[in-house]
Amino acid sequence: MPGLLVSTTVNGDAIEFVCPQDETLLDSLRDRVGLTGVKEGCGTGDCGACSITLDGRLVCSCLVLGAEANGREIETVEGLADGDKLHPLQDKFIEYAALQCGICTPGFLIAAKALLDRNPNPTVEEIRYGLAGNLCRCTGYDKIVRAVQAAAKQMRKK
Amino acid sequence: MPQDTSYTDQNFKLVGTRPRRPDGVDKVTGRAKFGADATAPGQLVGLILRSPHAHAKIRKIDTSKAEKLAGVKAVVTSADLPDLTDGDRAMLDILENCMARGRALYDGHAVAAVAAINAQTARKALKLIKVDYKVLPHVTDVDEAMKPGAPIVQDWVFTTGVEPKPNKPSNISQRNEFGHGDVEAGFAQADVIVEKSYKTEQTHQGYIEPHACLASVRPDGSGELWVTTQGHFTFRNICSSLLGMDVAKLKVTASEIGGGFGGKTHVWMEPVALALSRKANRPVKVVMSRDEVFRATGPTCSTSIDVKIGVKKNGTITAATAELRYQNGPFPAIWGMLGAMTSFACYDLKNVKSVGYDVLCNRPKVTAYRAPSAPMAAFAVESTMTLVAAEIGMDPVDFRIKNAAKEGTLASYGPTYGPIGIGPTLAAVKNHPHMKAKLGKNQGRGMACGFWFNFGGQTCTDLNIGIDGTVTLTVGTVDVGGSRASLSIIAAEELGIPYDQVQANIADTASLGFNDMTEGSRGTFSSGMATIFAARNAIEVLRERAAQMWDIPVKAVVWENGEARATGKEHGNLPVLSLKEIAAKAPRTGGPIAGHNEVVADNAGVSFASHICDVEVDPETGGTKVIRYTVIQDAGKAIHPDYVEGQFQGGAAQGIGWALNEEYIYGEDGRLQNAGFLDYRIPVCSDLPFIDTEILEIPNPNHPYGVRGVGETSIVPPLAAIGNAVSDAVGVRLNHVPMSPPRILKALDEARGS
Amino acid sequence: MRFESPKTTREAVALLAKEKGSAYVLAGGTDLLVRMKTGLIEPDLVVDIKRISAMQSIKTTASGTRIGAAVSGAELGENKKLKKAWPGVVEATNLIGSDQIQGRCTMVGNLCNASPAADSVPALMAARAKAVVVGKNKRRTVAVEKIITGPGETSLAKGEIIEAIILPRRSTKSGDAFLRFIPRTEMDIAVVSAGISLTLARGVIKSARVALGAVAATPLLVPAAARAIIGTKLDDVALEKLAAACSAACKPIDDKRGTIEYRTKVVGVLACRAAKIAYQRAGDA
Ligand SMILES: Cc1cc2nc3c(=O)[nH]c(=O)nc-3n(C[C@H](O)[C@H](O)[C@H](O)COP(=O)(O)OP(=O)(O)OC[C@H]3O[C@@H](n4cnc5c(N)ncnc54)[C@H](O)[C@@H]3O)c2cc1C
Ligand code: FES
Ligand code: FES
Repeated sequence: MPGLLVSTTVNGDAIEFVCPQDETLLDSLRDRVGLTGVKEGCGTGDCGACSITLDGRLVCSCLVLGAEANGREIETVEGLADGDKLHPLQDKFIEYAALQCGICTPGFLIAAKALLDRNPNPTVEEIRYGLAGNLCRCTGYDKIVRAVQAAAKQMRKK
Repeated sequence: MPQDTSYTDQNFKLVGTRPRRPDGVDKVTGRAKFGADATAPGQLVGLILRSPHAHAKIRKIDTSKAEKLAGVKAVVTSADLPDLTDGDRAMLDILENCMARGRALYDGHAVAAVAAINAQTARKALKLIKVDYKVLPHVTDVDEAMKPGAPIVQDWVFTTGVEPKPNKPSNISQRNEFGHGDVEAGFAQADVIVEKSYKTEQTHQGYIEPHACLASVRPDGSGELWVTTQGHFTFRNICSSLLGMDVAKLKVTASEIGGGFGGKTHVWMEPVALALSRKANRPVKVVMSRDEVFRATGPTCSTSIDVKIGVKKNGTITAATAELRYQNGPFPAIWGMLGAMTSFACYDLKNVKSVGYDVLCNRPKVTAYRAPSAPMAAFAVESTMTLVAAEIGMDPVDFRIKNAAKEGTLASYGPTYGPIGIGPTLAAVKNHPHMKAKLGKNQGRGMACGFWFNFGGQTCTDLNIGIDGTVTLTVGTVDVGGSRASLSIIAAEELGIPYDQVQANIADTASLGFNDMTEGSRGTFSSGMATIFAARNAIEVLRERAAQMWDIPVKAVVWENGEARATGKEHGNLPVLSLKEIAAKAPRTGGPIAGHNEVVADNAGVSFASHICDVEVDPETGGTKVIRYTVIQDAGKAIHPDYVEGQFQGGAAQGIGWALNEEYIYGEDGRLQNAGFLDYRIPVCSDLPFIDTEILEIPNPNHPYGVRGVGETSIVPPLAAIGNAVSDAVGVRLNHVPMSPPRILKALDEARGS
Repeated sequence: MRFESPKTTREAVALLAKEKGSAYVLAGGTDLLVRMKTGLIEPDLVVDIKRISAMQSIKTTASGTRIGAAVSGAELGENKKLKKAWPGVVEATNLIGSDQIQGRCTMVGNLCNASPAADSVPALMAARAKAVVVGKNKRRTVAVEKIITGPGETSLAKGEIIEAIILPRRSTKSGDAFLRFIPRTEMDIAVVSAGISLTLARGVIKSARVALGAVAATPLLVPAAARAIIGTKLDDVALEKLAAACSAACKPIDDKRGTIEYRTKVVGVLACRAAKIAYQRAGDA
């Protein structure tokens, strides 16, 4: 079976790649587009490390086929910063020590951004449930929740 | 130069502050390169075929069809990994675990591997490998494995540490006994004796990054390995030995590591990746799936433990004993021994005895998991401690304070303690506002203590001063959670320069001397010590260079606040020379300025913690939620408090998961039934409350800054703290971890008599 | 594997019917891709239905609401009208997985995956929902409880697709609710679950439907449990009878997620709790 030509927009750039028809978008992004900031922790939708947005919706890229991305818009952690200016979430994650090993961080940032886009002023409970699809084994989530709260506060000021 | 490792009290400028970590930007922008993120020209995809059986003889492996498939470049079996261990059974065990040798010893044991041009082809090739198995009887439960007549996992294992020497093979690989005094006499003096048995299920470290490596062996016998590991130097030594390569010819680079907690201290598929690369003569990348991580890497032990504590009415413990049976997987190890050593380490006991058994089962080879072996022992002992306190009507904290170990206590496992933190953490518990928070319906409070040894080990560090006065710090301990920030703080503190003038890097094995793993909470302790000495070494050079520039004797130069100052009547009026100025002149004063240090950082100092926990139990479903949690631990000295708190919180969260829901579930067929994050339930964000922390600083006398390891102890108390809280909430005592809803509901029903 | 993303239901049905090998519909893919990844299935053809416009919308008419098969859980949750009319159904669907899974998963995928623990299914059964099934030559409307025939098995013939789910118009003084038990707070498959829909007349339950999940080979509609509360004001005696009827109806297994004993007991607890919520909602409606 021949590969498929997929035309997408990734972090605002028009990107084309050819992938086997059964390849996941996670593998396409990592191996063909070179965006290794998108991580694989499980490959089965359980850890959220592969989180991206697809046409603005938060999804696990391990549960999307590369072929499905044709004509769609993708945002990954690599597109979060504005040039050399970090997104407030990125900034607060560093400031609040919300990462230890950092493997979960790209997924958390994308999920937290999706959460704050929808709900700029979430309660702790809403943050915790909103991020329940992202596993972190290092931090116990404490500093992650605090970093998201701080980023939300800063983003509301603007 | 002799190094003075002893603690000196001092006013720190940077130690104890919370600057931004050097690797932060890369990690929030997706640029950081983890195990699976490297590529090499012409790289192949490596995949491993694993046994579906818990125990089976491998009669034959037919790889011919796979080899013929277009795009397959190498297929390996144990035949490609000959035994070069020269009678070293422990090394042979490692090799055998990487690739089965005639017998599959657990569900998930590797039996063959392929390297192919892409994942699709590699997957197809795996299916073409035909393995002829003869299924053998298996055993997965530790108590079953100890019974006479149990299927024997290894026929060459005879129990050691027993008299007379056994003449039949056994699943019990060793028995170890610790303690002192006369426990029988002690129990005879007791007013109350409590005896109880416990079980804990097997859990996995659950790091989010699966094992991954990129191996490249050249035809001349040299090679490179990029790998996610807690100790690339050890990986180099083991891999080169197993593959018959020269240590110097294998360069191992540690990638950024996505969590390890002990599970990445051991080689799993790395030797196989190297063997594939050697055979294919191309770079080979192997990335485990989550299923493989659960089935075929090293979780911690399942255990079965009996505890007996005798006490006088006034609260003095007269005797304590424990028998601890630890399941090690199919190869002999020391986990039961460690459990026995840690079990009563928190207390000052006249008569104490703990006996540890190491037991083989058809489960994956156990490896270290954060304070390995201590949490299970603490679950049994600390649950019993609270029961005993209740029996004599004493507050559980007061009871522990009364019996707590202190400076001068003869520890149950042998040594006599120096200054230690168990007493102060207990005092802090008593004073903590958490103890006064109101509890609602079906809520309860528990507390428990924990102990861990910590480990120092071999360390080697370089510090190079650049032409502009900025500093490159090169260490060989992998950064698992912010140690580059802590070590930069230390270097800057010693040199008297700002934090942002130091850049810390992790060297590959070709660029620095040997370093032990980042394990035993040693990263910041030992590399911190080596960094201090390397910086002091560089300061010597800086003083010499300043002396040269001034043309005065070295002994007239002192180093203060990042500057050389001339002293004495004759020279006191010379203007100071900053590090920057001295560095700029380095090419003309003798060349590059560097400091270096090798040390075996012994006496890492034991560590203690006390945790407080509130839970709410739904009496109709047995569901339990942690609603408040506090960690109090002695850090010796917190270099970067954020990352110390992070270790406290992370360990507590892992302990909470273990206590409530995490467990390996094996079927009758000996297969692991929940090899994925959906059914191996680690805590999610909404499961946990904020985890409060209190850092105590009781300086370690054997570290210049007083640092103790902080990484591990936090996982020790949660199992018992939660057990005690559940008991307080709904009046049932759970003696089986995890305290999952079905277990709690069953206990409640039994108590209610239905 | 071949990937197709047709624009119409007809095309999709034709593709599936023509395929000689194994062919699968791809809705959100949150079950299908997991099964592919873990090697349980190796499809020859995957037909993505997310570009079929008839499957993408939620339409409310006088007789009820038609929910396209490709509508994701997240979109369902954003539909205020539906949430008001069938809170139990929407909540059940929104319980599936995480926000990430919600961005993709569908009710129809949940139904066709045919897991006994599927969260939206008991709620749909309680709500008297129907599925619009389209085959090569005909289209039929089937009660949801007729779709699942066993674990992983459905009554759909080769080439048949579900195009939409139809929820009836809700009568006045009605309410529905769904509860499940999971050991964690999120990201778990139900150990047991219960969906209840009921209608009141002057505070007395006039009609009710009770459906249970994860207690048998398929989600169960339990008329006896409904009878236990019909004609009552959901007093303690009625609740006790409800719990007993639920426990009696279930034929669970021991597995990695729970024991027979546990499921049998807790299903009654959940049914009572769900009934109270539904009753409250009906009273408020
Ligand atoms: C991390 C994670 C968590 C989950 N948590 C839950 C949970 O809490 N509760 C729960 O119930 N489930 C859960 N699931 C399972 C899954 O998400 C749900 O079953 C989901 O509703 C499936 O919908 P889908 O659209 O993704 O299905 P798909 O994967 O696209 O399809 C599922 C099956 O249905 C078939 N199918 C799909 N649409 C149609 C159609 N229109 N006509 C005919 N056949 C069709 C497919 O061919 C496939 O066999 C979870 C899954 C993951 C990965
Ligand atoms: S890799 Fe996609 S959710 Fe884990
Ligand atoms: S920081 Fe390591 S998994 Fe989150």
